[in-house]
Amino acid sequence: MSWLTDLDPGEPGENGAFGASPGLDACPGGSCASGSACATDTCLVPAGTDDDDSSVSRRSFLRLLGLGAGAAVVGTGVGLVTYREYAAAATTNGTAKGGMVTGGAAASMADQASPPTHQWAMVIDLRSCNGCKSCTAACQKAHDLTPDQTWIDVFTMTSSTGKEYPFPRPCMQCENPPCLHVCPVHATFRQDQGVVLVNQTRCIGCRMCMAACPYQARYFNWNAGTVYPKTGQQADAEFPVPQRLGTVGKCTFCVGNLNNGLLSECAAGCPMGAIYNADIISDVAVNSMGNTVKLSTFLDDNDAVTFKPSQNTHPRVWYILGHGQDLDADASQDTPGASS
Amino acid sequence: MPDEQVHEAGSPERGPTALPEAREHLRVAAMRPVLETPRWWWPAVIVLGAVVALGVVAWAVQLADGLGVAGYNDQAFWAVYEADLVAFIGVSYGGAVVSAILRLTKATWRAPLTRIAEATALVTLPVGMLFIVPHLGSPQRIWELVWPPYWNLSSPILWDFFAVSTYLLATVIFFYLPLIADLPVAAARLAGRSGLRARCGRLLYRALGSDRELGVSKRRLIEGSIGLVAIMVIPMAVSVHSVLSFAFASSSRPGYLETIFPVYFVVAALYSGIALVVVAVAACRRLFHLETFIHPRHFVRLGFVLVAFGAAYLYLTFTEYLIDGYSGTAGLAAWVRQDLTGRYWIPFWFYFVAAGVVPLMIMAVRRTRTVGGVVTASSLVIGALWVKRLVIVIPPATEPLVRSPLAAGGVLAGNWGTYHFTWVPISITLAATAAIPLLLLVVFRFVPILPIAEMEELESYEEELAEAIEITAASAPLSPGGPPGRPLIPPASACAPVDPPIGPPVRGAPGGVLGFTPGQAGWPSLRSGGMGVADTPTGRQPFGLGGWR
Ligand code: SF4
Ligand code: SF4
Repeated sequence: MSWLTDLDPGEPGENGAFGASPGLDACPGGSCASGSACATDTCLVPAGTDDDDSSVSRRSFLRLLGLGAGAAVVGTGVGLVTYREYAAAATTNGTAKGGMVTGGAAASMADQASPPTHQWAMVIDLRSCNGCKSCTAACQKAHDLTPDQTWIDVFTMTSSTGKEYPFPRPCMQCENPPCLHVCPVHATFRQDQGVVLVNQTRCIGCRMCMAACPYQARYFNWNAGTVYPKTGQQADAEFPVPQRLGTVGKCTFCVGNLNNGLLSECAAGCPMGAIYNADIISDVAVNSMGNTVKLSTFLDDNDAVTFKPSQNTHPRVWYILGHGQDLDADASQDTPGASS
Repeated sequence: MPDEQVHEAGSPERGPTALPEAREHLRVAAMRPVLETPRWWWPAVIVLGAVVALGVVAWAVQLADGLGVAGYNDQAFWAVYEADLVAFIGVSYGGAVVSAILRLTKATWRAPLTRIAEATALVTLPVGMLFIVPHLGSPQRIWELVWPPYWNLSSPILWDFFAVSTYLLATVIFFYLPLIADLPVAAARLAGRSGLRARCGRLLYRALGSDRELGVSKRRLIEGSIGLVAIMVIPMAVSVHSVLSFAFASSSRPGYLETIFPVYFVVAALYSGIALVVVAVAACRRLFHLETFIHPRHFVRLGFVLVAFGAAYLYLTFTEYLIDGYSGTAGLAAWVRQDLTGRYWIPFWFYFVAAGVVPLMIMAVRRTRTVGGVVTASSLVIGALWVKRLVIVIPPATEPLVRSPLAAGGVLAGNWGTYHFTWVPISITLAATAAIPLLLLVVFRFVPILPIAEMEELESYEEELAEAIEITAASAPLSPGGPPGRPLIPPASACAPVDPPIGPPVRGAPGGVLGFTPGQAGWPSLRSGGMGVADTPTGRQPFGLGGWR
């Protein structure tokens, strides 16, 4: 844990950003690393082909997190923190075109010139969540959502001792996403940082993915009045604002924010610091209170679980229980638990 | 299956002299819808067209305002259009059954029904396929489904798309092949007529090959191909609804993830398909005066096929609900409870009564085993199976997946979604419903309504027809003119369309199971071939047009 002592998370700035981000002018909504890349498809380009600009942004992210050059130390000589091997394997053969990205063909890691520098994840500490729904509000504000479109929703669950507890549910960014498998036109794809996104310029609106998602995490744009059909701005997959009528939307992990050194809107908006943005590769997790922890240790020490592991979706969102909560609401036979 | 009854039926004495008349009679009747315009034709077309137009308007509104106007929401993301898709593609199966299955089983009694059944399949399948358009949120991008670079072959939607398109192709071929032999007859009857429609008809016939010589070898070839396509159509039909069911069964939702679904869907499709054939045949029989060719026994036989599938479907439903409910797993128990006793009990039990119990009762009781009874049962089945499709589609879509079975309310805990019917999907569904008779009316403006060649080729057909006509003529004095409104067949006036021959009463026969006695007159055997009078299904007058008068 010695490397952690070097960390200086800095003060959470406005929007939950850590420190300043010199040289980076976030575009409106903080979606992309540079405003110019925002309107194009460059957000979808695999990291292996990243230009200098975005690798700068990646390095900045680490610097902002206080890791700086320490990132190299984390994975000494490996470049990946492989505490979940399939996670690494599953995320390195994705293509922005929405090719099949699962299956964990580790062989393709060798093919990849430079493996992606981040694998985004999330930890939700149910011990701190008080159910205030600030995350939902922050997300809806940032993404121009209707009140029904709760990309991160806070459900009320009942524990086995009869106690009610709040349960925030974003998209789990499954490593084995059912929603992706059933999309007929590759509108749902998984980019190389492990984030499942919807290309709303391609989505035909068949809602097959809504049927397939075991977490009810997808929300459709049903009504013309609530979306902005022609604002000239192209909705890109990482920041689908404004959304398109007749397409499906869901939590994007605010991947633009993350790549830009910012917390996701929900994490930043959580006054309790219950939501951590995490990176599997650099093995860190950060919340809005400025807590920066080592992801793997944090999960292990707190017996983190995923939601509905029986669905075999391999969520990238972990929950830390602690108050008798029991997450496997679908009453599967599997014992909830981290997949390790 | 060669059938002995056919040979018993034919009476060799009444023979050759009656043949030309019988042939003429058949051709006249088959071409009547093409050559004559009944008074009701235009009003019917206008009314049906207006309903279709309303549906188009509704769809335009939906296109502009989004699927929300159709009552959809995130917790009822699939609803009426998906049910429509399944239901309308399902009713097209009647063509496959009557033409393919009954053809392969050599049930020659089906012959007069084939053209109507195939035409029904031909029009319902595209109408059903069209439901993909209102179903999609972004129909303007539907081309992506035919653009191979975009294909995600692991998606059941694409499988559906391929399966249904192939089936459409097969249906068109299956409609066309038996038509080839009829084209010269049709063209000859249309020759010399003037007017736009006659010209169009002639052009159409020529385009379809009416002027081609059909030698014996060619006819053999066509017959062989029909047999081949009949064989191919069956697995195709099975695959289409299986694959349609995959769209549901491939998701992890309780209530969709059912291994029974493919069979369940196929049987439901066959069930509703037969029902639609019954209704279509009954309507055509009445509107186009085909009573000489389509007899009450046809309906009774179709009725028995109908309830056979109905019983199978009931059994499958029972299995599904029992096992899912019995499992006690929260997700499964929840939708079973909602269906049986919860918020969906009305549609579920409506299905159970209207498409489960009542058709069985109608066919079981001799008094109701009439044309009217079978048609009533079939209409009920069509409607109730549409409702059943809603029950299949909607409850699992509204089931909350993030919830605590431990909470108050048990397995029904959580925030269930609700689908709200609005005028939009109702109009679109009605439009599709109206489109079917509309398209059939148009099809039969150009195509002989009876498969002339097929019927003429049937061994013993002509004899039987002649016999039927003779009996008809002989019995004419007994019922002069018939009741008011009774259709007359003008050209072949010798053969007033009185009911087909009626066998000796079997009322006193010792009652078999459910009131009919296998092996005796009155037992509508699927096995029996031809139009023989020996197996007249009933000895009782009520079997006549009871339901229609
Ligand atoms: S949580 Fe649902 S929407 Fe998100 S990746 Fe998994 S299956 Fe897809
Ligand atoms: S609704 Fe859109 S994203 Fe979802 S499966 Fe259909 S095309 Fe793919």
